[in-house]
Amino acid sequence: MYRSNVLVCGGTGCTSSNSLKIVEVLKEEIKKNGLEKEVNVTTTGCFGLCALGPIMVVYPEGSFYSMVQVADIPEIVEEHLLKGRIVTRLLYQETVEDDTIKSLNKTAFYAKQKRVALRNCGVIDPEKIDDYIAMDGYAALGKVLTEMKPEDVIQTILDSGLRGRGGAGFPTGLKWKFAAANDADQKYVCCNADEGDPGAFMDRSVLEGDPHAVLEAMAIAGYAIGASKGYIYVRAEYPIAVKRLKIAIDQAHEYGLLGEDIFGTGFDFDIQLRLGAGAFVCGEETSLMTSIEGKRGEPRPRPPFPAVKGLYRKPTILNNVETYANIAQIILNGADWFASMGTEKSKGTKVFALGGKIEHTGLVEVPMGTTLREIVEEIGGGIPGGKKFKAAQTGGPSGGCIPAEHLDIPIDYDNLLEIGSMMGSGGLIVMDETTCMVDIAKFFLEFTVDESCGKCTPCRIGTKRLLEMLDKITKGQGTLEMIDEMEDLCHYIKANSLCGLGQTAPNPVLSTLRYFRDEYVSHVVDKKCPAGVCKDLLEFSIDKDKCVGCGLCARNCPVNAITVTDYIAPNKKKPAYEIDHSKCIKCGACIDNCRPGAVYKG
Amino acid sequence: MKSLAELQAIRDKAKANINLRKENPNAARVYVGMATCGIAAGARPVLNAFIEEIAKRGLQEDITVTQTGCIGICQYEPVVEVEIPGEEKVTYVKMTPERVARVVNDHLVNRNVVTEFTIGAYT
Repeated sequence: MYRSNVLVCGGTGCTSSNSLKIVEVLKEEIKKNGLEKEVNVTTTGCFGLCALGPIMVVYPEGSFYSMVQVADIPEIVEEHLLKGRIVTRLLYQETVEDDTIKSLNKTAFYAKQKRVALRNCGVIDPEKIDDYIAMDGYAALGKVLTEMKPEDVIQTILDSGLRGRGGAGFPTGLKWKFAAANDADQKYVCCNADEGDPGAFMDRSVLEGDPHAVLEAMAIAGYAIGASKGYIYVRAEYPIAVKRLKIAIDQAHEYGLLGEDIFGTGFDFDIQLRLGAGAFVCGEETSLMTSIEGKRGEPRPRPPFPAVKGLYRKPTILNNVETYANIAQIILNGADWFASMGTEKSKGTKVFALGGKIEHTGLVEVPMGTTLREIVEEIGGGIPGGKKFKAAQTGGPSGGCIPAEHLDIPIDYDNLLEIGSMMGSGGLIVMDETTCMVDIAKFFLEFTVDESCGKCTPCRIGTKRLLEMLDKITKGQGTLEMIDEMEDLCHYIKANSLCGLGQTAPNPVLSTLRYFRDEYVSHVVDKKCPAGVCKDLLEFSIDKDKCVGCGLCARNCPVNAITVTDYIAPNKKKPAYEIDHSKCIKCGACIDNCRPGAVYKG
Repeated sequence: MKSLAELQAIRDKAKANINLRKENPNAARVYVGMATCGIAAGARPVLNAFIEEIAKRGLQEDITVTQTGCIGICQYEPVVEVEIPGEEKVTYVKMTPERVARVVNDHLVNRNVVTEFTIGAYT
């Protein structure tokens, strides 16, 4: 019997800051102190507070150590694990309040969260099926196979109001119902784990932290629609997720929770992995299935929809990782429980990957209907450096931005569409006043131009022309007519592209035009970038009356564009410096090194 | 896996360890003083005896055993404090692994303080 459990985050974020080495040293130190029979060390999935990684939590005390270094381990083992003295210095400081330690669940980051899809992340060892079973894992599959008819399962999912978490928000139960209604000798259940939006890592975290939840849900879906085979299409760039999925599938086989005659009910179900090579278009359902078939990942027109003719031209359902992560909980706790969370048309919770200009970069799960303000200011801890919130980008290259005026809008599928953005898979990138919205639109468009598969003309050529216009605007070569032309082209691309990639690619441009048109106009008319980002429109200068003549700027200038003048400002001892604009490459080294703040851009 | 009973058996076995990873604010708490003085006086076997006794009775969800630093009465070590929500904290002194079963049974389960082991009996 262990008296203490040490959980170390083994998600991608913490692993990249050396958490696996920490586990190794921790085990050594525990052995050195003769505690190996008393203290259990577990590697878990993501805790969510990725900004503070590597993360380590010690139970039963619930002590939350953040930014743990290998060098801290001997002290933690000797003081905390051996002698019972919590090393307060190394704790996440928000949990320390006037010498007492408060529960992690009461900190701003966790207090407003509701973890359903992420419930096991940071709790269980994802490489141990027993841990998952201890958290009622596979009980939902058992219940479905022994007590429920396939139509009851579909009805439960319909009643719960669960909508697809991949972004479009199609009712999951309806998808299953369509596929179940089609007779075929073989049907398929697919899982879309081809998470491609820049800055999004929700699905990766679920797969890394709780892979069995996805396997169990796919088996349940298989039973509901009458399929015996499943495929998980996962990015090859997610090596930890792939490894844990493989382990999970093997363990499920060993226990007979996948394979033939599951629970002695005669139900067979098996799952195979397919690794995607990282093409964004393969996140689109028809491309994804084409890719599973071993062909080049390109979309095809719908209808026929996958529920009629999908993988290998057989009825198929394709759901996103996070959608599956909710299924077992809905079966166990009932449709009413799930429907009690969220807003009228969007039930349950949503996982967001918080990134950009925000204090607590990481993974959060909140009930639908939580406002953006709560997510950014309370859970996310606000914007670093006292800067002002400008906008949040949701839905990646297919989505749009939410400006400050809509901070208090309850986030759900329909509200976001109404204000010109979309839920997307859950990437949430926060931008402050130093972000140029034209530049952001250009960034996402560069991405879609790269990722367009080229099959249809509106997307292949349209996005390219759109990018060229944006590029001209950021270089000060745009005209007001060009802005109108861009808008027309956006609508044309949306209306005529073959698949979701092209149909949504202009969204970042349209939504920045909608809320930040004045920034486009400044670029075009005044030839200025208000945020000071677009280099071609910038000029660095030195305020000679502020300059103290220290010469740091000149020494740091890589092209020797800064020279000393003979002007000495009143109250200053040394002559001021100036920048030769014909030599300046606008790298910004001078402004970063100027202590009195004499260098300015504009 | 051929039956639900099989799944249930694995679940029960694995659950004990997982329960340690949850915070239960309503749980009774057993604090074992584990500073140098406590360890020297034999606090570690006492701690392990609590863990085992509680596991044996399947009470992990209701009782949290945790170590703490020096309680300040080194001559009475090993010292154990028992705190049941809504009741006054009780301090047991000169604890031994043999005494643990009685504290668990009488105090934690049946809510009768084992007066003869408390600090009051020694001062």
